[in-house]
Amino acid sequence: MGMTVAEKILARAAGLPSVAAGDVVEPKVDLAMSHENAALVINQFLEVFEGTGRAPKVWDPSRVAVIFDHRVPAESPKTATNQKKIREFIAANGIGKFHDIRGDVGGICHQILPEYGYVRPGFVVVGTDSHTTSHGALGAFSFGIGATEMASVWSLGFAVNIEVPETIKVVVTGEFPPFVSAKDLILKVIGTLTAQGANYKVLEFHGETIRRMNTSGRIAICNMSVEAGATSGIVPGDDETVRYLRDESGVTDAIECVTPDADAHYVRTVEIDVSTLAPQIACPHTVDNVKPISAVAGTKVQQIVIGSCTNGRLDDLAIAAAILRGKKVAQGTRMLVFPASGRIFAQAMEQGYVQDFMKAGAVVMNSGCGPCLGVHEGALGDNETALSTTNRNFKGRMGNPKSEVYLCSPAVAAASAITGVITDPRES
Amino acid sequence: MAKVIIALGNDISTDDIYPGRFMATVLPSETPQFAFSDRTEFNARLKAREFPAGSIIVGGENFGCGSSREQACSTLKGYEVTVVAKSISRIFLQNSINLGLRVVLCPGLEASEGDELEITGDQVLNTTTGKAFAQVRMPASRQGIMDAGGLIPYTRTLLKARG
Repeated sequence: MGMTVAEKILARAAGLPSVAAGDVVEPKVDLAMSHENAALVINQFLEVFEGTGRAPKVWDPSRVAVIFDHRVPAESPKTATNQKKIREFIAANGIGKFHDIRGDVGGICHQILPEYGYVRPGFVVVGTDSHTTSHGALGAFSFGIGATEMASVWSLGFAVNIEVPETIKVVVTGEFPPFVSAKDLILKVIGTLTAQGANYKVLEFHGETIRRMNTSGRIAICNMSVEAGATSGIVPGDDETVRYLRDESGVTDAIECVTPDADAHYVRTVEIDVSTLAPQIACPHTVDNVKPISAVAGTKVQQIVIGSCTNGRLDDLAIAAAILRGKKVAQGTRMLVFPASGRIFAQAMEQGYVQDFMKAGAVVMNSGCGPCLGVHEGALGDNETALSTTNRNFKGRMGNPKSEVYLCSPAVAAASAITGVITDPRES
Repeated sequence: MAKVIIALGNDISTDDIYPGRFMATVLPSETPQFAFSDRTEFNARLKAREFPAGSIIVGGENFGCGSSREQACSTLKGYEVTVVAKSISRIFLQNSINLGLRVVLCPGLEASEGDELEITGDQVLNTTTGKAFAQVRMPASRQGIMDAGGLIPYTRTLLKARG
């Protein structure tokens, strides 16, 4: 029996000739990523070593990455103290892949990892963040874990008792119509599968549309695979993966892409033709409450957010800036823009996008998770509505349970900023 | 036998269980105060320690979906409640096992707030309605961690075994 990409990667990482869905393996971890929740990982890690007579030691500091993004700069003394404690741990343990709060090399973890070439095709990546699924965009098997599980990985270098997941094949064909993009595709997939349709499973993306898609778009679809419950989303590595890693991440060593066997077993195949796809909106309060834009066009919004690990990359900012150029954000609506990394912020300035946003009346914020998880800045008032390019719209997600969040693409967000209501960019 | 203290619907997210704005609080000794804090009345009753250990939170499908935040488990562990749900999202289930929060998978479960449930080896009996529902066993791969009392002692044993 042939293997899927996830099966091939897990077999290699477990030192086995082959594995099949349902097998339990202990894969070696190639990269272990945390953000500010490293503070909790450190607590649990120290507890593991209690009574062992050993000094706490990370198994391989070169394979640990810590990126500050969730609350940057710190919103409270508590966060600032946690960040300080993490910095001290990082220095003491010689962890090199550390991205502090900086305008040059800082940013959102799921942008920093690909941008700096930390993720390669075939890697097993774990992260204490559910959107760690993002890194499947580079052909890795990448999944979210809790802080205690990360403490175990830091101690042992492998993940204990991992059940090899089944895989759903998603085949995408057709050319995207104007103003329709990867975000609309993944919202459509989530709406089709539902929030639990891929629970404990992998989404493996195939088809001509995926092959033509740039890495930015691939990150967006793998990022949101978890919203259908998926353990991981994977785009098998190809020429675009190698191009991205060589040209944009500066990787010079060997890159080996992992592709599925022709006779690999999939539990289900989902086919989507994007040539007739309309912009999609995830409506309150679940990500799978997805409707074509016509169903909610005209809904008044008080806050527009463009950014996040889902849609804060240069091509996202480019299309939003093109729509906003020479226009104004509507009175009664505020617009916040968060480039996904310092590098993207600098590129957006060079291209004039930042200037376009500011002239239009948008507030351009430092790179980070921003209001996406309602912990830091850009909170909503009672009975306010946000339209956002982020990835979750659960009740209270943007910091206020008495508010509503709609999710959309950057093009829809920008077109709606001008009118103050949800607006189809194809008609503006 | 234990009482159902709240019966929730499908897709209860970790933002519901432990809102993101409290994520700077990480210690299991401090997280319980924020359990379901946007459900003001329920949160107040939890904090008043109205419910004895072993009390049951009933969930529908996909309980604990969303974020990987472990606080969503430690906040419930602080009250020693049991979660009985039709299905549980992957990361929440693993975090629960890792931290020793008792979770029970019961796909056909019908139970309302105030019902009394009896959880035995392979079924959940709703003694209020008289109906019994089959439990789904945890994957065998998780049993070792549960038997060890959580992932920290489990990992400690593996570390020691390395000599």
